Formats: sequence, structure tokens, C-alpha cells
Amino acid sequence: MGLIGLTPEELTAIRLSLRVATAAMLGSLPVGLMAAMLLARGRFWGRSLLNVVVHLPLVMPPVVTGYLLLILFGRHGVLGEFLADRLGVVFAFRWTGAALASAVMGLPLMVRSMRLSIDSVDRRLEDAAATLGAGRVWVWLTVTLPLILPGIVAGMILSFARALGEFGATITFVSNIPGETQTLPTAIYTFLQVPGGEVGALRLTAVAVAISIAALLASEAVTQRASRRAAGL
Amino acid sequence: MLRVSVTHRLGSFTLDAAFDSENGLTALFGRSGAGKTSLINAIAGLYRPDRGRIVVDGTVLTDTSAGIFVPAHRRRVGYVFQEGRLFPHLNVRQNLLYGSWFAPREAGGNPFDRIVELLGIGGLLARRPANLSGGEKQRVAIGRALLSQPHLLVMDEPLASLDEGRRGEIFPYIERLRDETRVPIVYVSHSIAEVARLATTLVVLSEGRVAAVGPTAQVMARLDLFPLTGRAEAGAILATRVAAHDRAFGLTVLKVAAGELRVPHLDLPVGAALRVRIRARDVMIALEAPAGLSALNVLPGTVAEIVAGEGPIVQMRLDCAGEALIARLTRRSVETLGLVPGKRVHAVIKSIAFDHHAFAGAVPGAASADAEIAEG
Repeated sequence: MGLIGLTPEELTAIRLSLRVATAAMLGSLPVGLMAAMLLARGRFWGRSLLNVVVHLPLVMPPVVTGYLLLILFGRHGVLGEFLADRLGVVFAFRWTGAALASAVMGLPLMVRSMRLSIDSVDRRLEDAAATLGAGRVWVWLTVTLPLILPGIVAGMILSFARALGEFGATITFVSNIPGETQTLPTAIYTFLQVPGGEVGALRLTAVAVAISIAALLASEAVTQRASRRAAGL
Repeated sequence: MLRVSVTHRLGSFTLDAAFDSENGLTALFGRSGAGKTSLINAIAGLYRPDRGRIVVDGTVLTDTSAGIFVPAHRRRVGYVFQEGRLFPHLNVRQNLLYGSWFAPREAGGNPFDRIVELLGIGGLLARRPANLSGGEKQRVAIGRALLSQPHLLVMDEPLASLDEGRRGEIFPYIERLRDETRVPIVYVSHSIAEVARLATTLVVLSEGRVAAVGPTAQVMARLDLFPLTGRAEAGAILATRVAAHDRAFGLTVLKVAAGELRVPHLDLPVGAALRVRIRARDVMIALEAPAGLSALNVLPGTVAEIVAGEGPIVQMRLDCAGEALIARLTRRSVETLGLVPGKRVHAVIKSIAFDHHAFAGAVPGAASADAEIAEG
């Protein structure tokens, strides 16, 4: 028994969950931001297709998403084999796979939040920046980005929270290996499968609740600060 | 020197306008929907017109026949928008300096302090746009455009979103801009009062086309433009100079080519130049120099042109020692008095022409002036 009555196995699951969620959030940030920009501003063929692909994990059963990931990124999957052989990146049955599954599941939420904030940017401000001599990249960096920052932060928090709770896709894709892919939800699930595991499940549930509340409070504080800044207050 | 020629279709509206103007302030005047903003957006490069050629001081910015389209950020056309469009996430100082990040470093020192002083915004530098009044926002917007070191400044109704008092606050700054900086200005407005006060050259736009171009006083004296400038507001501009102050009666005497005008006291030095706008509806016509009349201002002149308008009203242009004056009378009066071009008459300018549309606050006392008084 270690810290506040948590067993080393439980602590490992908590640490792993935080690591997976952080990696999922940071990894999907550039992808999500680019997809949100394309969906909000792009006028290109296949835009609706991109929209569908991004939102698919939101509507498909998580198990289906997990199985598709297994087909694509498994050790002998289409992309998995290529990535493993050429780049040495392995997702199958590793914590990175759990992060990938969480990132994919959180992407629709992240993109939605960012896209809403991009849509609400007053594009006339971007015109104003252009007349002042700013090229497109500078306009984006100095006007668009600061104005959509609240949406970006909110999207990251949503992705993080989704990753903490992700269960179906993760367990389907990378299984439930203690110390490698056993996150909080799968650990709780495991406890409930064995006789006398309820106490451990309850302790981890309490931890999950605590982390969720902390994440929500942090997001509230950060979003509020960013919004006030973007609104010029 | 500015040369503009633009043809562009926007749905059912077609903009097909061309004008040339010298330096100074060129006003684009017309009703809303006349195409004023579309025209300056083309000048600023915010869209690519179907056909067109735009040249500023010899630099070709747009020439569709030659395939030239300089993007907005490389045009050096400063734009003051109707709603200011200050960046909400930056403070006033950062807003002002935004353009200078991209402008080339030019010799002659930093104009920042000079422009901040010119616009009187030194006390606002640390503030956020959200905490500024409408007038302050517009001054900062003007400063921001100027500090990007533009070769041309375009202003889209910069006073439209402000109340009378705030307008009076901005006017002097735009006049100083016109007179003290070398940057040519294109100024969009649907207010005849603003145009009369500020414009060197006047371009009248109507339904996407240029109805008239020329020096302001000349264009404003044209009777055929009345339907465009608005009948009630139509009037002529007289160039005047302060000749004397009549302290005993609280009056100021203004010298015009045809004689003198007495208006309520103006707080200006003797010799100061003034533009006076006299609205057509405030002018009466007498065949002989009137006696026993309370009106103070009588100018001799000759009937130059009579144009029948709708119904019983006609417009008349008088030549008063080379300057134009416009009057609005009934057709019956014209017939009774036997008014024909060439006839010598006297123009009586009503003294009740107290005008709250005048430039309140700009010239102290102007609000109670005999006619609209415009400094300049």
C-alpha cells in the first residue's frame, strides 16, 4: 500500500492514464487545428468527406473504431507494418497505441470546439491586418491565432477528458496489459472482473472523479482567461 | 495622383466607375448602395475586380488587362474602416505599431510620437480597444493606418458610427491630416456636410457609376446633381475669410467675393479661411436690394441657370461675382419675378438657418451660425 492507500498497480494505471491522455491531447493538436482550419475556411473538393472522417469516431461504436485501428495500425496492419519497419514506431499493444486510440476518439470534440471559434472570428479584422501590410501567414499568427486561442484550449481540454475516459477503442486496439496499456477505465473494469475487487475499483473511481473535476476547473480558468484576453478585457 | 477605373459585378449590382484625382482629399459621395465601399475595397486590394486599372502615384496596383494584382498587404494603402476594426487582443500601442512591423524602416526617424501627438491619443496607449469610446477608437484606427506608412489613405465613413459630438472631435484631425501630411486621402461619405468641409476633389457616385468629378465647390454647384446629393441638403460652398468681429452685436463678418456675410460670432482670428455651405432652401431671391428686412445677408448676383425639378419647385444657380450660390424656389415665384438667365437679382440668406447639422464643436459658435460653417 502506497500513497493514500493506493497499490503500486493502481498508481501505475493512474500515471499511465495521465501520460496517455497528455500524449493524445498534444498529438492530436496539430492535426485537429489543421482539420478545423480546413473545415472552417477551406473550399476544396472532398471537404464533406473530411468532415465525415473526422466525426466518424463520435458516431461509430468505440469497439468498431478500435477494431479499425487494429486493422490499420496492428503489427501486421496496413500502416502498422510500414511504420514499424521503416520508422520503428509501434502502436500495437503499447501505451502509444492507447494514446492513438484516445486521440482518434477525442479528435471530433477537439475539431468541433476549434472550428466554432474559427467561425466566430471577425474576418474583417484579418482584412484590416492585410491592409496594414501583414501577409497571410502573419495575419494568421498575429490575429487569427490569438482570437481562436480560447477555442483551442477548450478543444484540448475536451480531448484530454475524452482520453481519460476512453475505454472501448483502447481495449479493442491494444488490449488491457498492466503497466503498458491498462489505463484507469480498463483497470477499474479489471477490478470488477475479479472477486473482492470492488474496493480497488472504488479507489480508482474516486481518483478518476478527482482528476475530471480538476481538469474541468483548470479548463474553466484557462478558457476564461483566454476569452477575456481575446475580447480585449 | 490617383487614377482609378473599376468594373465589377456583384450579383445584380454593377460597379462601373472611373475617376482621376490630384493629391489632397478626394471624397467619394453617394447614397448607401452607390458602390462607394466597393470602389475603395478595390483600391485597397481586398478583392480582384472583373476589369480595372488602379494607379497610385505612378505605381500600378491593379491592371487586369496586364494581369497585375498587387495583394492587399503589399499595396501600402492604409484603410480606416467604418467600425474601426481595432484588434481586440492588442492594446492601443500594439494596435498602432501593428503596421510598422511590416513597413520598411524609412529614414527620417520614428513618426510614432508625431502621429500620436497629431491625433491626441497619447493618454490611451496602454488601454484596450474595448475600453475606448467611439471617437477614441476612430482616432486610434486613423493612427494605426498612418503608422503603416501608407502611400494612400482610404477612409470608409469614419464618422458614420459616431454621434454629433464625437464627429466634431474627429473633424479637426482629418483636416490636419489633409493639410499636414503628404498622404493623399480617399474619403467615403454620404454626408454632404462632411464632404463640403473636407473634400478637395468630389466624386459623386450613383448606382455604381460616376455622376460627376471635379473640385468640390464646382461639383456642388451643379443643379443636375440635386437628385443625387439630396434636395433638402443641397447647397453651394462659398470660400470666405474672416474680415472682422463685431463685438457689440456678437457677430463675425466674413468676406466673400460678392460682398460680406454676417454670422454669429466665430472664435477664429481675422484672416482665417473658412468654407461656408449655404443650403439652397435658405436662400431667397429679391429683384432689388431689399430694405426693411431683418435678414443680414444680401449678396448681389446674376441668374445663371434654372432647372425645373419635380412639382412646383425649381432650382436656380446664381453667379455671385464668380462664385456659385444655389436657391430653391417655387415655379410661381420664378414666373412672378420674371426670372430668366442673365437677370440681375439679390440673394437673401435667411438668418434663421441655425443648423444643428453643422459641425458642432469644430468651430466654436458654429452651431449657431447663419449657415453651415466649415473651416478650411
